[in-house]
Amino acid sequence: MSSTASPPDLSPAPQSDPSPASARAGAGSRRRSLHLVIGLVLVGIIAGGVLISYFWLPFAPDDTSGGRLVPPGGDHLLGTDKLGRDLLTQLLIGGRIALATALGAVAVGGVLGVSFGLLAGFATRWLDDAAAVVLDILIAFPTLLLAMLLVAGAGASLTTAILAIGLAMAAIVARLTRVLVKQVLGRDYITAARIAGVSWPRVVASHVLPNIAPVVLVNLALQAGLAVLAEASLSYLGLGTPPPNASWGRMLYEAQATVLTAPAAALAPGLALVALVIGMNLTADGLRDLADPRRAAR
Amino acid sequence: MISYLLRRTAILLGSLFLAAVALFVLLRLLPGDPANALLPVGATPEQIEAARRQLGTDAPLLDQFGTWLGHVFTLDLGKSLISTLPVGPEIVTRLPVTVPLTLAAFVLAVLVAVPVGVLAAVRADRWYGPVLNAVAQFGIAVPAFWVGLLLITVFALRLQILPAGGFPPDGWASPGLAIEALVLPVITVALVMSASLIRYVRAATLDVLGADYLRTARSLGMSRSGAMRRHGLRNAAVPVIAVLAMELATTFLGAVVVESVFALPGLGGLLVRGIAQHDYPVIQGVMLVSTATVLVVGFLGDLAQRLVDPRLRNRAAS
Repeated sequence: MSSTASPPDLSPAPQSDPSPASARAGAGSRRRSLHLVIGLVLVGIIAGGVLISYFWLPFAPDDTSGGRLVPPGGDHLLGTDKLGRDLLTQLLIGGRIALATALGAVAVGGVLGVSFGLLAGFATRWLDDAAAVVLDILIAFPTLLLAMLLVAGAGASLTTAILAIGLAMAAIVARLTRVLVKQVLGRDYITAARIAGVSWPRVVASHVLPNIAPVVLVNLALQAGLAVLAEASLSYLGLGTPPPNASWGRMLYEAQATVLTAPAAALAPGLALVALVIGMNLTADGLRDLADPRRAAR
Repeated sequence: MISYLLRRTAILLGSLFLAAVALFVLLRLLPGDPANALLPVGATPEQIEAARRQLGTDAPLLDQFGTWLGHVFTLDLGKSLISTLPVGPEIVTRLPVTVPLTLAAFVLAVLVAVPVGVLAAVRADRWYGPVLNAVAQFGIAVPAFWVGLLLITVFALRLQILPAGGFPPDGWASPGLAIEALVLPVITVALVMSASLIRYVRAATLDVLGADYLRTARSLGMSRSGAMRRHGLRNAAVPVIAVLAMELATTFLGAVVVESVFALPGLGGLLVRGIAQHDYPVIQGVMLVSTATVLVVGFLGDLAQRLVDPRLRNRAAS
């Protein structure tokens, strides 16, 4: 999203705002763009590490020649795990899984959610009520329980985890999209476009989607962080990515038994996880204020 | 209020029914025959057929669903495929771990989050307002199981003042040991939950701080803290109450994961074991109880909000 993207015309900013909030707006928006920068840097560092891991890894993922539970330093920058695998290598591979989860779940949740939300936004009368109720019901299901249910049926795998998290996300995105579409459809420029003879598909493509995009994208950035956390929880419980693939959640589970002798193994994946999720949350925060300058006044 | 109550009750019943259908369909239609869990590898087709008859999985799906739903209404959740013990009583024996853990963590999270959230908003111009906010921002990004792992490392393994996990075999018959076993799990769940709660409380308080009625109260000569106490906090409470119900449900789910970290014999442990062993009646039972709890808590929370805020009641009535 570029910084020149026009804010959604959903809530016109007041012409003059006498509240003291506007006096702090300058400092507020500076702080918010700082959020965006820190967020992008955190996500960028991890994405960079993952990118490098496809061309170069410190050791082969299954190389156990270094010995078990070697302390950090020397050949093994972060040490080795209890099977003798290099921890930094595992950490980089775990980053692939975390990013794959975030991208996959956001793709599934975004495509399904926006499509269904668009359809529901156009629905009227009882169909509209029915769509609203169905979405309310779906959202009431906790993501983690839905994911566990799918894992119970289809077996633990990264694909199952991504699909389950993406499906749960789709309901949330659909509800948001539906509300936004309804607001946009009530605008005069839609009526004007229709009177000018523009077809509905073109109205959606050139007016509806561009107007709802900023808010939906911010929500997806926030959901990406939650998706990463959900996958880590599943993997920690042994219900996510199966071994030998090193998901950060799985690494933390394995590190629990040897936490006193090898604290690095219990710290590094957790810190990486927190850095990625904070990065995604801060990015969403910063994007939100680009999309809605009025909020930045806080 | 009546029309809202009817609509909300319809949503609750619809959700419960949908949950039951989803549980049933997903577990029966996806690959993996429950009969296989009963039989040794290399069982003859006759044996498989007999096992299916015994489980009732040879009947048409709709009949199976009707039978199962009928049993659920009489609180009969079937028998575990592995231990052959009835699932209902098994779930009941685990509640004395999960329920106190959830409630204590929830109360602790609220006690921490409400004052901290209000402080972070009211003192946004002092140095500690933003610091509290940053800590909360950090907190929502931390997975609960990692917090648990770190707490175990410090308090159980290094300082050795609390147990690293487990629960006394005789349960609450030895209350001292039971409480000791729950201290770290409660703190773990409460810490993670309070982080997101702090952000809600802070946002609600910030909304109130900019409100006209607060300015009016100040112009009528009330002190800043007086106006906040008299008008601000009451108004800030309304959105927070809605979130509290959601948080109670989340706390319950957080407890399910954290139980695994501390090897507690609660609902979470039962569920994870059931999934690992493909023990379908156990999975179905625990899932049904968990989902129903979450849905009912959400329902009660929505109603509580309407009762607390007369403006919402009137809007619903008109």
